[in-house]
Amino acid sequence: MTDRAAPVIGTRPVRHDGVDKVTGRASYGADLAMPDMLHGAVLRSPHAHARILSIDTRAAEAMPGVKAVITAADIPECFATVAMGELPMDMHDGSDNVIARTKVLYHGHVVAAVAATTVDAASEAARRIEVVYDKLKPVLGIDEAIAPDAPILHAGLTAGDWAGQAAGRPTNVASRMELKRGDLAQGFAAADTIVEHEFRTTMVHQGYIEPHACLARYGQDGRVSVWTSTQGPFLVRDQCAAILDIDAAKIKVTPSEIGGGFGGKIVVYLEPLAIALSRKANRPVKMVMSRDEVFRASGPTSGTVIRMKMGATRDGTLVAASASLWYEAGAYRGSPAGAGAMCCLASYKIPNFLIEAYDVVVNKPKVAAYRAPGSPMSTFATESLVDELARTLGMDPIELRLKNAVAEGDKAPYGPAYGPIGLQDVLRAAQRHPHWKAPLGKNQGRGVACGFWFNGGMGSSASVTLGADGSAAVVTGNPDIGGTRVAQAMMVAEELGIPVERVRASVADTDTAGYTDLTGGSRVCYATGMAVIRAARDVRDQLRGRAAKIWDVPIDAVGWDAGRAVPPNGRGDREALTVADLAAQLPKTGGPIVGHAALYAPAAGPGFAAHICDLEVDPETGGSRVVRYTAFQDVGRAVHAGYVEGQMQGGVAQGVGWALNEEYIYADDGVMQNAGFLDYRMPVASDLPMIETVMIEVANPLHPYGVRGVGEVPIVPPLAAVANAMRDATGVRFTELPLSPPRVLNGLEKSSA
Amino acid sequence: MSRLHIETTINGEPVEFLCEAQDSLLAALRDQAGLTGTKEGCTTGDCGACSVLLDGRLVPSCLVLAAEVQGRRVTTIEGIATGDRLHPLQQRFLEHAALQCGICTPGFIVAAKALLDANPHPTEEEARYWLAGNLCRCTGYDKIIRAVMAVAND
Repeated sequence: MTDRAAPVIGTRPVRHDGVDKVTGRASYGADLAMPDMLHGAVLRSPHAHARILSIDTRAAEAMPGVKAVITAADIPECFATVAMGELPMDMHDGSDNVIARTKVLYHGHVVAAVAATTVDAASEAARRIEVVYDKLKPVLGIDEAIAPDAPILHAGLTAGDWAGQAAGRPTNVASRMELKRGDLAQGFAAADTIVEHEFRTTMVHQGYIEPHACLARYGQDGRVSVWTSTQGPFLVRDQCAAILDIDAAKIKVTPSEIGGGFGGKIVVYLEPLAIALSRKANRPVKMVMSRDEVFRASGPTSGTVIRMKMGATRDGTLVAASASLWYEAGAYRGSPAGAGAMCCLASYKIPNFLIEAYDVVVNKPKVAAYRAPGSPMSTFATESLVDELARTLGMDPIELRLKNAVAEGDKAPYGPAYGPIGLQDVLRAAQRHPHWKAPLGKNQGRGVACGFWFNGGMGSSASVTLGADGSAAVVTGNPDIGGTRVAQAMMVAEELGIPVERVRASVADTDTAGYTDLTGGSRVCYATGMAVIRAARDVRDQLRGRAAKIWDVPIDAVGWDAGRAVPPNGRGDREALTVADLAAQLPKTGGPIVGHAALYAPAAGPGFAAHICDLEVDPETGGSRVVRYTAFQDVGRAVHAGYVEGQMQGGVAQGVGWALNEEYIYADDGVMQNAGFLDYRMPVASDLPMIETVMIEVANPLHPYGVRGVGEVPIVPPLAAVANAMRDATGVRFTELPLSPPRVLNGLEKSSA
Repeated sequence: MSRLHIETTINGEPVEFLCEAQDSLLAALRDQAGLTGTKEGCTTGDCGACSVLLDGRLVPSCLVLAAEVQGRRVTTIEGIATGDRLHPLQQRFLEHAALQCGICTPGFIVAAKALLDANPHPTEEEARYWLAGNLCRCTGYDKIIRAVMAVAND
């Protein structure tokens, strides 16, 4: 018996929300308006580090059109936590980040908010709020933050006895974690070659094109409605409940279409302010960030300082590695240093290692998740050193990687043994690909790098309703950022044997959808997809039950084949019944059919990738461009091949931007100097070539189709792939990103001097 | 302060609206005309999400004053399809999976239409440079360029 009619999985149907998105009808965060709506604006700190001595809102409140002004005094201090999967999110810092209580910790930190009848009136009123600050010296980097006489951001943050800091003393080092295996000294003693460098990366932003936007209405009955662009509507509900001390059962969050997130639309910024303003003004309040605000005051990812050392024997066997990873957390603890530590050696079997990871607070915006959080920076160090080892040993860099690449049964640096994984297949595919052997032109170089990401599981639910016409509707609570609706419709179509066009896929609000964790961690197609498949199978089993009733046979005797209920053997007098046949008889056979599933996926299949990058460098200017790029990735099973390729290509583009151009540039006073798309230079169409993708499918045994997350790992390899190509083209090993023209030119001049 | 009364043509229809002197065309389209398909990504003319055609010429509507469209023709994403028939660019964007989150898509389609109106058979390089004023953070541009080139080669 086969489960498949025409297989749907692996094909490329048009996405169900596509027409709305190519015609401008789709409604994003800033697209909703309500009658009687007010507009919110925010007063932000002009200083990177200061104590708030006083706030006078009287002039603002007296302005015509102003209906409400709030400060931290309107929001209780928060001591709650919110569950994100199995991890608690500390909302004390989260609340303080939404609106500063006693200290401002970065330029752009919210101090007050205003609701008024127009955007202009709200902005003007915000400017008229008088705040007296006691300016403090800002701490803008790792080196300054850990210096013995560093200004301290949080008086309550005290050290364990690490990093030369005495226990109990105030510190900017929020935490230290370590991972180790084997005997480091013995490992390095056995090495024939040891390479070592210090690497630096700066803060970079997710760069989603849609700024944060929301609309909130606080009703006279105490019920709250929020429409917002978010990756996690349930998380928005729970964060707002915690921050505002409102019963979560009274808050309904409706996710709009979302114009990109990449991890940056998980924590709340505007939503609690909009609710508090609406409560005070008794009218709906809409808030939209400007691009300037997005850069200055939403969460980028960490700048880092990474010292790493690796040793190998003459035959290319990696024998030891040590690393200390220092990640900027921004204004509050919580950088992805730990994930960086767990990821950086995940591709290789290394018997002896010690990795230390430090989370350091600085006077910059609190970092948020960004696609494979923590992994790109630490992997940049690893893959640069592996490249150096290959050069020192005279080995092919893919061969060296293959020699050490992890496979099923090998233990990850963070503990568990891997299940079936595709790293070796990925590397072999790269080695076989014509790109690897293609000739290079003048001033061109080629680099290769690997990357790893865990992928996420967590909680998901889904319901599938059968229509009387044999169509189906699937509902989940995961905002669709990159084509998950069509993927879910495809799963239902596959299970029920109906055309994918006959499945409607919807994203519902928090009152309507079953609980689901956020759209993030590359988990939607995997974990929510699993819930969708189970819900569809629930429908299928109920359909078999209806056929059993019609045929008057036990349900176990009814088979299922190619979208039809099949009668038991020897009942040739009965014809198989299609979904449409059975759906037409629903009222007579027991009524409507709805399939449900809710699950918690504790683990996911990890993702591995290898990228090859060709870079052409202009030695006159230091400018460079990617001239060819091929991404190889174990995707488990591609549900919609087009959107899987799209994830790989998009990750590459972000990684190339990180490697070549993107950086947060700060002046000494802690003010970001390039908070706009003109000066924060993300890749544009003319910067990039076509990005070739090679999907390798090593089935993930945790998923019925073998799906594994695909969205995050493609941003991990590009940093080193580009830097290794730069090394190949110029002979210079650059250890600091971005490889902007001035830095490259400087490096070239130094090396020739 | 009295507001300005503007008479213009949007997507072939006569439209009147009131605006402040400093209002952008982007704000007027979205807040006065209810045409929210034109998106705001930056308000500094750097991202292209607000691209519209003004008398057939590609402009970022965030850098055009609303009052400037008096007596002129504006085409927005809502005016690209003909009745219930999608424009070939819209169709090819769908077929090529050339959008992920979709926020940049209206701007890209408007900008690509302006390209093909001016140059029906661009090279890939010409398409990439023409569309360099439109930021997409999801796709890496590959499938967008393929979709545009598919229309150019039809």
